[in-house]
Amino acid sequence: MTRSSINQLKDKAFQFFGVLCMLIGLVFLAALLIDIISRGMSRIDWDFLTSLPSRRASRSGILTAWAGTLWILLLTSIIAFPLGISAGVYLEEYTRKTKLSSFLEINIANLAGVPSIIYGLLGLEIFVRQMGLGSSLLAGALTLSLLILPIVIVTTREALKAVPQSVRQGSYALGATKWQTIWRQVLPASFGGILTGVILALSRAVGEAAPLIVVGALAYVPFVPSSPNDEFTVLPIQIFNWTSRPQAEFLVNAAAAIIMLLFITFLLNGIAVYLRNRQQKKIKW
Amino acid sequence: MKLSEKIIESLLWLAAVITILITAGIIWVLLAGSIPFFQEVSVIEFLTEKEWTPLFAQKHFGILPLVAGTFLTTAIAIAVALPIGLTIAVYLNEYAPGSLKRSIKPLLEILATIPTVVYGFFALTVVTPFLQSFIPGLAGFNALSAGIVMGIMIIPMISSLSEDAISSVPKSLREASYGMGSTRLQTAFRVMVPAASSGIIVSVILAISRAVGETMIVAIAAGQQPRLTLNPLVPIETITTYIVQVSLGDVPHGSLEYRTIFAAGIVLFVFTFGLNNLSFWIKKKYQEKYD
Repeated sequence: MTRSSINQLKDKAFQFFGVLCMLIGLVFLAALLIDIISRGMSRIDWDFLTSLPSRRASRSGILTAWAGTLWILLLTSIIAFPLGISAGVYLEEYTRKTKLSSFLEINIANLAGVPSIIYGLLGLEIFVRQMGLGSSLLAGALTLSLLILPIVIVTTREALKAVPQSVRQGSYALGATKWQTIWRQVLPASFGGILTGVILALSRAVGEAAPLIVVGALAYVPFVPSSPNDEFTVLPIQIFNWTSRPQAEFLVNAAAAIIMLLFITFLLNGIAVYLRNRQQKKIKW
Repeated sequence: MKLSEKIIESLLWLAAVITILITAGIIWVLLAGSIPFFQEVSVIEFLTEKEWTPLFAQKHFGILPLVAGTFLTTAIAIAVALPIGLTIAVYLNEYAPGSLKRSIKPLLEILATIPTVVYGFFALTVVTPFLQSFIPGLAGFNALSAGIVMGIMIIPMISSLSEDAISSVPKSLREASYGMGSTRLQTAFRVMVPAASSGIIVSVILAISRAVGETMIVAIAAGQQPRLTLNPLVPIETITTYIVQVSLGDVPHGSLEYRTIFAAGIVLFVFTFGLNNLSFWIKKKYQEKYD
């Protein structure tokens, strides 16, 4: 065998290995989805969705968990988006290259890398203890808001960057002020991009369990929360709780709850992908 | 400038500055919680003692077993994710046709969107029993399956970031390599990967940081037994799992046991903060060496 044919053989071997590596990821994903659906699908019915948690696995439902998840999503959106989008607008449209602006940038990059459980410790001390909110929906939503803030800021900035300068200059030429330009031209033009980022941030928040456990969200909440001051549970915590019990029936419940959680996560991600594609097709500056 | 414009600008400024307050808040909370702890437990004991039993009658406050558990799961995760992720990045860049690349990438990224509690469930109920069928000594809770599953979770992180790095290497380098008669494999690993090495290293460091801070997979599948070992077959405990364990119990607020979670938290924060800054520094120092 000549040198070059050996090299070509190696080339082919790597190509095979590359396909294998991709398959590992995809087969793992398929196995995960098939396993969970086959375990949990039969458990999902109207009773499961509308029952309160119970000591008996067969009577236990996820009403409080998904009600808590919806509350958390709503409150987190209300808190995180105005804050994150404002910060993104300031950093992209108002700052000049100063020490402060580069410090802000490094700081936000660092915040994005802080483990979620550290945000839990922050929420526990600041919101639960110092502000006296207790282990309430509000304390949980504030904690998750801080957690997803870096994502919202970064994607807002990306969306604003995509709006060409000519749009701003056209607005200034007609006598608009800086804020009028941003509010009436730049923000509407970048709305799709911002919304995509916002939905991705929400899908991150919906799957978080660790910071909420630290903040003190409970696994067993025997009522549907009716105000932001109520104690709560969410789907990931309910799943975690059922997974850590020894009885096998609770694992079936956990699998069924995972199907609901994955449904919400994939739905949010699907919307984000759809918006991104539509945005890319529609706008041609 | 009109007054209302001024007000709006300062409100936006305030929103941006809040991000600094969050960092300050994190550091303050961790310090305020752990300084009283270190007044009772010496830093030297904390860093060198080989047992971690703050919740037992016989208390020992050595963080090393938790650090060992964290290191072990992280090492397993990277041992899985680095070869697979890098191979995928190289394959997609040098071999795969564009259509395959466009369809595979989003599919792989689904791996990154699945909530970690789902991975934990899968590690405990499927991966561990599967591994037990041919690894006889494997405990029901172990670092191995938690690490493997965590590794698969971070594959898209390494493959996406490395792929960006490889595809930003100028085409002329690849063409020069082909011109010398190299095969695609030689071009990939002797030219493209070395040229993109800083970006690949950044992706790996960020993946390590992610694995160090990952919580739910290890909390579900790795066990809650702090022990100083590198044996992946037995139950261990990570820093993050310990914080979860204490949060679920009813440790009285303000007690020494309560403060251990802030001491553990500060160790976790120092590790991830160091890694994130290292990656930032590498990115800045070695970026755009080619034109």
